[in-house]
Amino acid sequence: MADTTAADNSQYKAAALAALAPQTGKGPLTTADGTPLKAALGKAQRQARIRAFILVAPLLAFILITFIAPIGSMLFRSVNNDSFSANAPALSQWFDQNPGIVGVPEDEAAWAALAADLRIAKKERTAGQMGTRINYDLPGSRSLFTKTGRRADKLEAPFKEAFEKVDKRWVDPDLWGVMRRGSSPNTASFYYSAVDLTQQPDGSVVAVDEKRAVYKDIFVRTLILSALIAGLCFLLGFPVAHMLATVPTRYANLLLILVLLPFWTSLLVRTTSWIVLLQSQGVVNDALDALGFFTLMQKLALFDPMQQAGIIGSTGRLEMMFNQAGTIIAMVHILLPFMILPLFSVMKTIPPSYVRAARSLGASQPRAFWKVYFPQTIPGIGAGLLLVFILAVGYYITPALVGGAKGTLISNLIAFHIEKSFNWSLAAALSAILLVIVLIMYWLYDRIIGIDNMKLG
Amino acid sequence: MKLTKLLASTVLTASVALGATAAFADGHSKAVTVMSWGGAYTKSQVEAYHKPFTEKTGIKINSVDSDNPAKPIKAQVEAGNVTVDVADVEYSDAVRLCDEGLLEPIDASALPDGADGSKATDDFIPGALTDCAVANIVWSTVYAYDSSKISGDKPTTMADFFDTKKFPGKRGLRKSAKANLEMALMADGVPAAEVYEVLATEAGVERALAKLDTIKADVVWWEAGAQPPQLLADGEVAMTTAYNGRIFNAAVTENKPFEIVWDGQILDFDLFVIPKGAPNKEGAMDFIKFATSTEALAEQAKWISYGPARKSSGPLVGLFNDGKTEMGPQMPTAAANMGNALVNSFEFWADRDAELSERFNAWLNS
Repeated sequence: MADTTAADNSQYKAAALAALAPQTGKGPLTTADGTPLKAALGKAQRQARIRAFILVAPLLAFILITFIAPIGSMLFRSVNNDSFSANAPALSQWFDQNPGIVGVPEDEAAWAALAADLRIAKKERTAGQMGTRINYDLPGSRSLFTKTGRRADKLEAPFKEAFEKVDKRWVDPDLWGVMRRGSSPNTASFYYSAVDLTQQPDGSVVAVDEKRAVYKDIFVRTLILSALIAGLCFLLGFPVAHMLATVPTRYANLLLILVLLPFWTSLLVRTTSWIVLLQSQGVVNDALDALGFFTLMQKLALFDPMQQAGIIGSTGRLEMMFNQAGTIIAMVHILLPFMILPLFSVMKTIPPSYVRAARSLGASQPRAFWKVYFPQTIPGIGAGLLLVFILAVGYYITPALVGGAKGTLISNLIAFHIEKSFNWSLAAALSAILLVIVLIMYWLYDRIIGIDNMKLG
Repeated sequence: MKLTKLLASTVLTASVALGATAAFADGHSKAVTVMSWGGAYTKSQVEAYHKPFTEKTGIKINSVDSDNPAKPIKAQVEAGNVTVDVADVEYSDAVRLCDEGLLEPIDASALPDGADGSKATDDFIPGALTDCAVANIVWSTVYAYDSSKISGDKPTTMADFFDTKKFPGKRGLRKSAKANLEMALMADGVPAAEVYEVLATEAGVERALAKLDTIKADVVWWEAGAQPPQLLADGEVAMTTAYNGRIFNAAVTENKPFEIVWDGQILDFDLFVIPKGAPNKEGAMDFIKFATSTEALAEQAKWISYGPARKSSGPLVGLFNDGKTEMGPQMPTAAANMGNALVNSFEFWADRDAELSERFNAWLNS
């Protein structure tokens, strides 16, 4: 930003100089070697810009290659999957030429094309790729392709009968509907899957069976938990930041180290430490037991209601790990520095004299805080909330370790599709949706608080 | 986290590349990079395969660890930047990667004959050889308990695992559809031989989930293989499913009172594969031939309780490296442990994994 402003200013200066020139009555200003001043200035500025660009170029190239290009290619995968169309060129061509034929084709040419494709697939070992793409939409059909692919050389005309003899599933009209869709590499079907929708073989889009619906719920849960975590970080971090900003510097530095120390410790170490502390046979539960907490609860007749509410588990201990509570506790702790640091840096710049002035003018302590101090911390609050929220939305390892059944987040499912199911297109579609949600949050933030107000430190 | 992972993998790749170049520069023959699962398992391979191989051939082995060596293969082959020569992967991954053309085919007939003279193709356990992979070990998913925590009758069957009335306490289960659905059906009375037949039907899936429902409130879900022994040791669960080698190592080398229940165990292979475009394909093949020979496989069983994939290795399996624990009965393939064992069906999971994982995740969240 600053660079452009500086450049703009100098352009104005050049223009102003040029405008001044006629008034002096001595013709345009020139440099010592006689070139007009305006041209010389322009040339110098151009050179400065090129130099600046060359200095930035390595970083730009780095970002392009390691960040923009991979993200772009991943996003491209979410709408483009050619593992069927590229490996079944003959059949894809037949589909293109016969757009009207729905269901199982009687045309022998289609079956011959499929046989030709499978023969090549056998040689190139790509029958699995073809099948995998079809399997996304029609579970169970992967083995149909690998099995038939293995026998591709033995397929002979009449092909339809030959295929039917290998496996009856080849004359399933649904399969042909799915193959027709797969014959085009461009597809929206991964986005449908990512929001629990599915495309019927006839092309209509309906909700998936509720027994398989999972992504929408987890998206909603991810957003709610992230918002909750950001809120808790704010409630816990605000007083800490305030204290850091107001105590004498030598204490503040010590306290700041206490905030930063966990920040520098490995994420895995912190997460597993929480497991040790909070699991049902863990340190906290043992301490509560030794202090007679559970006996007390029984005496107060609170034990059974707590057990019914799921706060106390079947082992008679507090359930704080391997559930949503575990995810929230561990993530709040891990993300807390991201809230405290921006708050601290903003609070540090607020002169204490403002609150003193308010007090001396008769404002009560709470009123002085609310009306004078708090509004000045909003840039820090906004930065902290946005930072924690965005980090939480993409969190992965902590919920995987401590989340149990109901504490997993959408990034765990993205990881599942990248690493275990190898369905990169679906993972890309889920990531794209997550990216859009984060951008919407950012936009909302800009509308409500204003991004220029944000202060990161 | 992503950044950490990215950094870790960059450093890893860089060090592998450096290691490979260094070996190339100083030796006449190129080093072979072998990627495996880490921990006690990699150690067993280093002792039984890598060291003797280097001794015999002079070819260096770079051992690299991953939490699942199948993961980087797809990315490496698609990016055209393969750094791994040999990877140790699970069965369903070996088949899937092979079907997708990401692996080099391996000619099984080139493998050495067994020590007893039988042909390699006869010597390996059925299913241990595929178009692109050679199995080295048989491992299994079993359930285990802490015998010091259970008084009176001890659990002996898969049904006992699901019986929280008879054996109160929490249960550890892997957070995945695989293995859990099969175990639930076996606990519900389905014989091992019919499990996949039943699971292929909608009613079978419902039945398995209904059985899991009975213990859902008491389950602690784990993801990494190192977690279940920890959960048991902490007393966090009364019983947990686990990989048999992990329980064995905790029991024998750390003297934990853990007992394995073999009823309803699910057998699986680990296989060596060569990623397509591996930098040292020839060396990789030499390594696989050596490592899956009768003697090397038997030697490996000295270091961890996973069974050799060759029949001829069985009689050679002796004592654990502590010099007193007899390894034979610790093998998943020992006759006494095979009473009600299920062999994992890669074909079933390759077909249904995506669908059943969605069902399972939806069930978890309901």
